[in-house]
Amino acid sequence: MHWLNRVYKWTDSRLQLGEPIKEMALHPVPNKTASWWYVFGSAAFVLLMLQIATGVLLALVYVPSAGHAWSSLNTLDHQLTLGWFLRAMHGWGSNFMVAVVLIHMAQVFLFGAYKYPRELTWVLGVFLLLMTLGMAFTGQVLRFDQDAYWGLGIGASIASRVPFIGNWAVHMMLGGPIIAGATLSRFFAFHVFVIPGMLLAFACLHVWMVLKLGINEWPMPGRVVRRSTYLDEYHTLTKADGRPFVPGAVWKDAFFSAAIIAAVAVCASVFGPYGPGGQPDPTIIQTAPKPDFFFLWLYAVLSYLPPSLETPFLLIAPVLGIAGLVGLPFYAGEGEKSWHRRPVAILMLTSIAVTWGVLTHLGTFTPWSPKMNAWSGGPPIPTRYTHPASPLQRQGAIIFQSKQCRNCHSIAGAGGQRGPALDLVASRMTEDQLIRQVLQGGGNMPAYGKNLSPSEVTALVSFLETLHPVNEPPATDASRNTAAVVEPHPHS
Amino acid sequence: MSEKQVLAEQNNREAASADALAVSRRWLLLGIGVCFNAVVGAAVAVPVIRYLLSPAKPDDAYKSWVSLGAIDSFPVGETRLAKFQNPVGRAWDGETDRVACWVRRIAASEFQVFAVNCAHLGCPVRWFPQSQLFMCPCHGGAYYADGSRASGPPERGLFTYDTKIVAGNLQINAGQMPTLANTARLVQIQTPGGGSPCTG
Repeated sequence: MHWLNRVYKWTDSRLQLGEPIKEMALHPVPNKTASWWYVFGSAAFVLLMLQIATGVLLALVYVPSAGHAWSSLNTLDHQLTLGWFLRAMHGWGSNFMVAVVLIHMAQVFLFGAYKYPRELTWVLGVFLLLMTLGMAFTGQVLRFDQDAYWGLGIGASIASRVPFIGNWAVHMMLGGPIIAGATLSRFFAFHVFVIPGMLLAFACLHVWMVLKLGINEWPMPGRVVRRSTYLDEYHTLTKADGRPFVPGAVWKDAFFSAAIIAAVAVCASVFGPYGPGGQPDPTIIQTAPKPDFFFLWLYAVLSYLPPSLETPFLLIAPVLGIAGLVGLPFYAGEGEKSWHRRPVAILMLTSIAVTWGVLTHLGTFTPWSPKMNAWSGGPPIPTRYTHPASPLQRQGAIIFQSKQCRNCHSIAGAGGQRGPALDLVASRMTEDQLIRQVLQGGGNMPAYGKNLSPSEVTALVSFLETLHPVNEPPATDASRNTAAVVEPHPHS
Repeated sequence: MSEKQVLAEQNNREAASADALAVSRRWLLLGIGVCFNAVVGAAVAVPVIRYLLSPAKPDDAYKSWVSLGAIDSFPVGETRLAKFQNPVGRAWDGETDRVACWVRRIAASEFQVFAVNCAHLGCPVRWFPQSQLFMCPCHGGAYYADGSRASGPPERGLFTYDTKIVAGNLQINAGQMPTLANTARLVQIQTPGGGSPCTG
């Protein structure tokens, strides 16, 4: 190995990197930070490297042209040896990267790592998160299938809501008047050059600061951060109860990173690549576009917001959210780091996680979307609903099916969930209320007054009137009974 | 004395000998150099910014009249999907320069042409002749046959194209993706009841 040593010496006497690297590797870290809780940052960095490597490999084949992108992905999936595996690695690598970055962020938040003197490290981390999400979105566009196409349409529609410069923003985003060749080219430039360049530079700065300022110590209740004393306390701690970063702490990073890459590879080989879905022909409108997993929560938010709140929310919430994240270390730069003494932080993190989880879960089955084929493609109304019915009621059941009521209302568990399930509707609405609802709509239902003839309404409502439990009579209007009793004696 | 130390010494001597207001020749030259860079940078930035902003054009710059075919292909009283090639396009647009729209023929020479894009967030709406409704698969927006808003998140009715009939052909003024920032402020759609107009 003598020659290896000579090569090293020859190179390093010119490169001059040996000393600074040695210094970084051997800098002392607090003993308690050599923990499995401290492995997510390095894993995110390793995943970034994986994405760069697999991205370059995909770029050898991918054609960033609106006319050919989709077919070049199909060639990758089906004709090139293991092209599908590289696509799957890149796609799953992206999922893992977003997840690990979020976990890393939650962990450093819980451990109070954003406090003095690591404020800027946190701020850079916020930008790294935004850029990671930007990569996920632009990457979904490069898939250039139907979902990508209509996803861009949603992006352009959001951009168009910016006051005064909306139209300008749409043109700048799309590179022209419509989603077409120019759009894909600019998203390619962003996904491949602009964002990764910034991501890499910021990530290196982020790591540099972690190494220079020292890793955040394990928070202890009562060990309060003060600007005047913190640096001394930290150095005393690393001297008294520390160990060199290499190998004392880094071996866990190494194990975890390898495990994460292995997990990406396993997911890639078991679940395969993402799409591409249908071809990006905008005249094929039989499609129900859906964003990728990490944007499902946004999809849910956009469905549940009242129309009047939507534009303010879309334009103001991201600004406030980012300002809140960036401002956090300046608002809470000192004080307790331990989660035992930070109930508000715990509550915030828990509620954000639960909200995100619920919205994402809802986004997986989109109860707000009408099921476009429920009236024609789903199961028919079960015979137990129509068997005992009168001819008029059966006619009503036919109208119920053929007028697409079922796209929004389920019966016997099949149909859309946009409106309420109607299995028991007669026990909560009277005949008059049903007629009014059908004719005038309201409460998120279109009015059918113009689209149904009076006899069709009669038939439909007489069918709906049968939808009540066997032992429970349908709801009736009490005043009707009075009228029926009073009627025979009009002069009394 | 190493080279570094010599240089540092020289700098120190210069700094010490200079009085507070004097600017050394080297610093002056550096200042001029920075200014020179700023001037060149600004001169180069102008074309770069104009290049970057080139896709942003006024509302009508991208629009022109496009034919949807003979009016006989649209039966009176029905709403049908029509397709056309976007008037602005590039050779490598592939399928993406194709555009679909819904054509409603109200009477012999009376047409309404709607964009397929939902007024909420641009997803493609589908027409259901049985219930005379347009429904959006994304967030559940619904519209009546005349394009007015029926229910769901959209704030307004469907986007419409201007139409005209030339030599038996139906033409629309199209060219850009309709959004709330362009088409929206041009049209006004009455509610089916004739009540308050739903302005975009």
